[in-house]
Amino acid sequence: MSVNYGSKRIVVGAHYGLRDWLSQRVTGGLMALFTIILLAQVLFSRGPIGYDTWAGIFSAQWMKVLTFVVIASILYHVWVGMRDIWMDYVQPVAIRLALQIFTIVWLVGCAGWAIQVLWRL
Amino acid sequence: MTELANSPRPPRRQFRNINAFTDLTTYRLPPAGIVSILHRVSGALMFLLLPFIIWMFDTSVSSEISFARFKAVFNVGVGFAPGWFFKLVALALIWAYLHHFIAGLRHLWMDVSHAAVTKEFGKSSAIGTLVISIALTLVLGAKLFGLY
Repeated sequence: MSVNYGSKRIVVGAHYGLRDWLSQRVTGGLMALFTIILLAQVLFSRGPIGYDTWAGIFSAQWMKVLTFVVIASILYHVWVGMRDIWMDYVQPVAIRLALQIFTIVWLVGCAGWAIQVLWRL
Repeated sequence: MTELANSPRPPRRQFRNINAFTDLTTYRLPPAGIVSILHRVSGALMFLLLPFIIWMFDTSVSSEISFARFKAVFNVGVGFAPGWFFKLVALALIWAYLHHFIAGLRHLWMDVSHAAVTKEFGKSSAIGTLVISIALTLVLGAKLFGLY
């Protein structure tokens, strides 16, 4: 077994930081792309934006797939972000764990609701 | 070793539990620091208002009837809550989204470009983030409240 203590200790062995950093960039980039695509469809629509125009944007299958991916992106992006906030400001382990569980329940619940709305359209 | 162990050290001052009202207000943040903390604030705000965001998505997109209800909530209000209150919440979300969006792009740009990782760019881009996000919030807020 290789030495993993003292000066030889591999501090970042889990690659935790890189994974979270990269996933927040990728998911953030996806959400930014979604924002621009949605905005373009709203701005380039003709006439006043009523129900038909608005619902029409989300009824296209490619838009549904994209929106679904964005919902999944939000789920992970927000989880990393909120966990960072709890880790920085909440030290007592019991309260932090409770808040982390609340975050997961809140996020998964919201994602489920959003997906339901999206796919019955 | 024994000398070290025997000589008592003076107790160190401990700094714990900063007071949010007396300590935090004395912190002087540079523009990049303001953008950074607002990035967190805006993110946390959107997290907490996530059910409201999905409620807006649900009612606006599900049917003609729910779309009318969606509009009525903002124009007339619901129950004891007046319409302007919901517009105000929506405006807070607009600001949060714009700030988070632009500050996020700033992050991405600093990850991609080595030239952007300087003290000067950090300051100028932070000021740019604040100016653009607040200006766009004002423009969209004026539209939301029917000023034009």
